Amino acid sequence: MIALVTDNLTKADIQDKLNDVFSHYHGDKQELIPILQETQEQFRYLPAAAMREIARFLRIPESTIYGVSTFYAQFKLTPLGKKIIRVCRGTACHVRGAGKVLTEIEKQLDIKAGQTTDDLEYTLETVACIGACALAPTMTIEGETYGKMTTKKVAEVLGDRSKVE
Amino acid sequence: MTEVKSNNGNKQRTIYICQGTGCVSGKAFEITEALKKAVAEQGLQGVNTDFTGCHGFCEQGPVAIVEPEGIFYACVTVADVPEIVDSHLRDGKPVERLFYKDPVSGEAIPHHKDIKFYNMQQRIILRNCGRLNPERIEDYMATGGYESLKKCLKEMTPEQVIEEVKRSGLRGRGGAGFPTGMKWEFLRNAVGEPKYMICNADEGDPGAFMDRSTMEGDPHTVLEGMIIAAYATGSSEGYIYIRAEYPLAVKRVRLAIQQSEEKGFLGDNIMDSDFSFQLHVKEGAGAFVCGEETALMASIEGKRGMPRSRPPFPATSGLWGKPSNINNVKSLATVPVIIARGADWYSSIGTEKSKGTCVFALTGKIANSGLIEVPMGIPLREIIYEIGGGIPGNKNFKAVQTGGPSGGCLPESYLDQSVDYESLAAAGSMMGSGGMVVLDEETCMIDIARYFLSFTQAESCGKCVPCRVGTKQMLDILERICRGEGRHEDIDLLQELGKQITAGSLCQLGQTAPNPVLTTLRYFRDEYEAHINENRCPALFCANLISFYILPDKCQGCGICLRNCPTEAIVGDKRMVHVINQEKCVKCGTCLEVCPERFSAVVKVSAEEVDVPSEPIPVTAEKPQTST
Repeated sequence: MIALVTDNLTKADIQDKLNDVFSHYHGDKQELIPILQETQEQFRYLPAAAMREIARFLRIPESTIYGVSTFYAQFKLTPLGKKIIRVCRGTACHVRGAGKVLTEIEKQLDIKAGQTTDDLEYTLETVACIGACALAPTMTIEGETYGKMTTKKVAEVLGDRSKVE
Repeated sequence: MTEVKSNNGNKQRTIYICQGTGCVSGKAFEITEALKKAVAEQGLQGVNTDFTGCHGFCEQGPVAIVEPEGIFYACVTVADVPEIVDSHLRDGKPVERLFYKDPVSGEAIPHHKDIKFYNMQQRIILRNCGRLNPERIEDYMATGGYESLKKCLKEMTPEQVIEEVKRSGLRGRGGAGFPTGMKWEFLRNAVGEPKYMICNADEGDPGAFMDRSTMEGDPHTVLEGMIIAAYATGSSEGYIYIRAEYPLAVKRVRLAIQQSEEKGFLGDNIMDSDFSFQLHVKEGAGAFVCGEETALMASIEGKRGMPRSRPPFPATSGLWGKPSNINNVKSLATVPVIIARGADWYSSIGTEKSKGTCVFALTGKIANSGLIEVPMGIPLREIIYEIGGGIPGNKNFKAVQTGGPSGGCLPESYLDQSVDYESLAAAGSMMGSGGMVVLDEETCMIDIARYFLSFTQAESCGKCVPCRVGTKQMLDILERICRGEGRHEDIDLLQELGKQITAGSLCQLGQTAPNPVLTTLRYFRDEYEAHINENRCPALFCANLISFYILPDKCQGCGICLRNCPTEAIVGDKRMVHVINQEKCVKCGTCLEVCPERFSAVVKVSAEEVDVPSEPIPVTAEKPQTST
């Protein structure tokens, strides 16, 4: 089920950005995943209108695009927050207390994993493993890694980030 | 170590900062910049600042090594930079306080070669990791890089290359352990053009990061291995499929491909031969099942990454229906060394059936977390207690988990087990891609089994019923056991389901998904029984089965627990024994953490009654004598 989110993008905005993306590709259907990745980089999610345009560009059914974009965890069909927090739930993190760290973040942001704060500031996700197991438990904010997390450090890290804005 | 390059014969000193993902998260970039700036400001002659990929000793990160002395600095911060520059790089006096301290003896060890974590390893795959700048092809070439490719192209026929790899005994390092040379031969003999060579760098096991470190620390060795494989198999095009979660690895591999093309090691007519090979990077999009070879190929084709039944095997009909071969990062990284040093040398390492070395990501409840490479056949005990430095915090070892979500948990009685494909499989676990997670007495084995199953259940692609529905059923059962609602028939039911899923699933994800449950049932059945029959969690972990109490004969009424309790479940007053309202308690353990050690008034128990007052009463405990 996709939540239909209305955003402020006009059709022309979408077309402009997509033309930019399409200029790097030939229109082969094997290019679908990289195109979706680049499209998501542009919009921070995959707007339904953009997916329709991609279908036209690659000459494949929209249903195929929907199928692929819902199969891979990377693709989002609703807008994300400005900052994406990813809490690692890998084994090493799990045994070193990632669960508590996640609960603490959920408490402080008042959202559950997979959700976005009302002000579209943060999206909270979990990730299977970011491969920095020696620093467990870890989390990333916009790609920057924070290692050896504790519930106490959550406030520091989130606090710091909010000051930057 | 990388040779110290000296242009004028004068003594040169280079400080290498590790820029693997682990150290980068410890601000390695900032440290490198600060060092460069400080060296320039001091106007030091003959001092270079450079960076390397992962050293493997992530626990001690960020790490730096000063060559030629081989001084190893651990846990470096930006604030340490002035002292390193002034004292060591300028005055030649190493900074002792940054030396690595042995976790057992507490002794400070200045040289990396003397650190047990390193000197008990045998590094073949990781030979260059942490020893050269991964963004400069010249550094790789200076260690003999691309010489093996040259040897293959100039002196060996493709068949001879395959024969050499077969004789070396190299087996797939992705987990299953299929002989690499045989796989190459299948592709060589396959009918159809073009042929594709694929590198599986979709390292998805939670708790494993060796492929990432290899690509970040020494991308050229993976490329060289791949080009040799392409030559041997007759492939003209190749793909490296890398997880999108590894941005640094993607960046370094792309750069390496570009440099390799510029030098003529990739592209048309490589080294003036008639062999041509084009290499592309494909980024994964976050699906664990894409580590399965047929799913990975579907993903490269731009489809949902769902496995299909085999045969036909990829060698007959793979990518776009053409003959293809898929090898793991570590298998390919080994190939240049086998060519350079010979099959006989390689096969002299390891056991009879498992040759060479294996890389493990050693993590969990272990003093020296990090990436290690050891000869096959080494006992688990040596890895955990010698290289790993044992369990921190005086806790007892409980189990070691190998093979990620497809593997199993082995108990203490298996510590003297040799680490190789066959022994691990016989014990019900597997080599897998090399995750090794150490668990101590505080880890609940049912929770661990539940954790792994929740992972595979979420990652099941949903194509076949045993995996899609079966893992969900098993997970539901494990969850209710953890909640204290286990039923007597659950153990048998889990075993039966496990057998069915293993037998009936299409791909290895489903076939191996029950392993964590089946091994914990085999070795830790008593823990399952304690949960189900006694409502007791022996590890004092499962929230529904534990309680916290404040001991009236120890509580001093300081109120620190009351102030920190997130749910206001504690009542009390000054000089009154505090009491936990069990109804309100969410078992977070904060009170236990904050209660001053000299009082130690909070206890955690499972299925035990503790005699405590129902209301706060005046403190009767004597104040502990403070020695100060």
